[in-house]
Amino acid sequence: MEKQVCVCGHENPVGTKICANCGRPLTEEAKSQKILDMKYDGSAIRSKTYNKSVIDKIWNFFSSVKVGVSLIIITLVVSSLGTILKQEAFVDAGNEAGRALYYEENFGTFGKIYYALGFSDLYNQLWYLILVAMLGISIIIASIDRGFPLHKSLKNQRVRRHESFMKRQRIFAEGSVTAEDASNTLDAVEEKMKKLNYKVRREGAALLAEKGRFARYGPYINHVGLIIFLIGVLLHKFPGVYVDDSMWIREGEIRAIPGMEGYFLENKEFIFETHDNDPTTAQIQQGVNAVAKNYQTNVVLYKQEEGSLPGQTDNLEEVKEYSIRVNHPLEHNGYSLYQMDFRLNELKQMSFDLTNKETGDILGKVSVDLRNPKKEYVIDDNTKVELMEFYPDFSGFNKAGEPQTLSPNPNNPAFIFNMITPEHPDGEISFVAIQQTVEPAGNNTYKMAFSGIDTVNMSGLTIRMDKTIPILGIGGIIFLLGVAIGSYWNHRRVWIEQLADGKIRLAAHTNKNWFSIKKDLDAVTEHAKLPQYIDQLDDEKESESDQNKEEK
Amino acid sequence: MDKKRKRSITRGVILAVLVLAIGFTVYSSLTKDKVELLTVGDTAPDFELVGLDGNKHRLSDYRGEGVMLNFWGTWCEPCKREMPAMDRQYEVFKDQGVNLLTINIAQSEFEVQNFLNSLGVDFPTVIDKTRDVRDAYNIIDLPASIFIDPNGKVVKIKTGEMSEADIIKNMEMIKPE
Repeated sequence: MEKQVCVCGHENPVGTKICANCGRPLTEEAKSQKILDMKYDGSAIRSKTYNKSVIDKIWNFFSSVKVGVSLIIITLVVSSLGTILKQEAFVDAGNEAGRALYYEENFGTFGKIYYALGFSDLYNQLWYLILVAMLGISIIIASIDRGFPLHKSLKNQRVRRHESFMKRQRIFAEGSVTAEDASNTLDAVEEKMKKLNYKVRREGAALLAEKGRFARYGPYINHVGLIIFLIGVLLHKFPGVYVDDSMWIREGEIRAIPGMEGYFLENKEFIFETHDNDPTTAQIQQGVNAVAKNYQTNVVLYKQEEGSLPGQTDNLEEVKEYSIRVNHPLEHNGYSLYQMDFRLNELKQMSFDLTNKETGDILGKVSVDLRNPKKEYVIDDNTKVELMEFYPDFSGFNKAGEPQTLSPNPNNPAFIFNMITPEHPDGEISFVAIQQTVEPAGNNTYKMAFSGIDTVNMSGLTIRMDKTIPILGIGGIIFLLGVAIGSYWNHRRVWIEQLADGKIRLAAHTNKNWFSIKKDLDAVTEHAKLPQYIDQLDDEKESESDQNKEEK
Repeated sequence: MDKKRKRSITRGVILAVLVLAIGFTVYSSLTKDKVELLTVGDTAPDFELVGLDGNKHRLSDYRGEGVMLNFWGTWCEPCKREMPAMDRQYEVFKDQGVNLLTINIAQSEFEVQNFLNSLGVDFPTVIDKTRDVRDAYNIIDLPASIFIDPNGKVVKIKTGEMSEADIIKNMEMIKPE
């Protein structure tokens, strides 16, 4: 069965509910309705027409509103799962095993399961991406499937509609004109309708007045915006289009900027300022005693000479000096560096006094730069301290009894010193950690007495670059435009036919805002002395309530 | 019938375009986190770093010979475990045109030298002080090894500890003809 042939002779595609030519209801369902379902103007939704090949089946799946809504709900629910625990990208652990351990240690069994199921890196999971992709496909296909048939049926609208179509509209009137002369009724209608900004078409004794047809395209314009927005997001995956990276940089350090090839950053100074105020009662209650005024990193941006290789730092050219503050990023070439985080007082240098344990005499002072320790620290000809081992982040001893370091950062430095003194020219060995000293030989004459620390501050910066912002902006504007068109305008249509005996048959339809179309109709009815229309839905309600009354 | 076929073709084309676009996106975002700029078959990014020996080491100087790059840190236990085997195999393969260059991530010369001394290994080592080379190779987890053939192409990317057998197998792959 290729076509549905209407009584009027017009061939409609299979699945059509209302004949595109005369408006007669075609299906049994439509015929039994008191008021026609005017969705898509009764035209055949493409997916409803055939369901034969595999392509058709896939097409129909995605065009279904039920499937679309389900996909939206599933995506929302699943996306929210990713916010329960910290995502992997923000876990500061060296490797995969470290990250697995992090979730188990911090969140227990739940964390372990969470990690195992991949929720800890949810937004990069294959199945998550496929879910979002399916949502995208659903939006596109559903729009094509509904938009084109609707456009066709709106474009090819006939002026004259069949009685069975008119009678099944919500607003309907049939009767004699209340004026003496019925010959120029349609002219009067046309005049008034035009004044009300309707477009009027006439065909013999039939008239169609229409207003705000473009409102029907609102949802489709809105989808186009959404699709443009999605394309912008997809472009993020191409190299050189989008960068979202972060870095920690210590005062005095020069680092390559992740995601910004060929550029280096030097942290001159990190400044943290607070307001010089006495804490208020509320602050004391919250355990806060100062209000932050400024977070600032003074930096120098360097660029490698053209044609340099990664790792070459002997040819850096200064690009600019800048003070990065909150909301005042360093901007260069489309990249922005934002102040995001800081750590105060990281150990930089530890000082020790080489002290005679018995007499308390100090032979000299040794300062170890924890980022760049030296092999030996000479005090005088007969006295020096050799650094034999250094563990920046001492975490205990392994099974073999060797000291371990957990990270390269000097969080808990430990040292093995060899103290060469006039009394002990071969040296005395001492293991020194914070609040812990081990003397492998037993009883040393000298000790490395802790005498002070120097600290540096660290600054956490994020690096951003996004070339898709104009695309996202355009997509967003089109989206909102579509929403506005669909929400604030409505498509109103009035069909009027003057019958052979001079009587008037009138029907009207709008996709929303029935109140306003009635107002328009009231004006026209008065002007052209038309028979009074009725709202068949009101009628229904009234008769229902009448019935209720009777039952009581 | 003709119309039906036309419809099938139109729908098929639309679906195919969508699937292709999405397939590409999914594929690229899945590979992104591992190695964004580097995959097997790519030319290994050239770099130059200063070694413990005080000399500049440039990757392209090794053209015509195989190179194994190994990224590591002293705090990384698996790095430490695989080093003796790497050292042994480097001794075997270096006469066959396979080089080993280990890259420490931004630690002090003292720590690096001390660490290698205590392990008793002696292979060329450079320090990536600015982490620039690590970024260029998009190394996240340590240890990470990159095997590069005599033409400068990446043959194998291995994240995590390797057994001696793995090292031998991969070094064989990058041996010049």
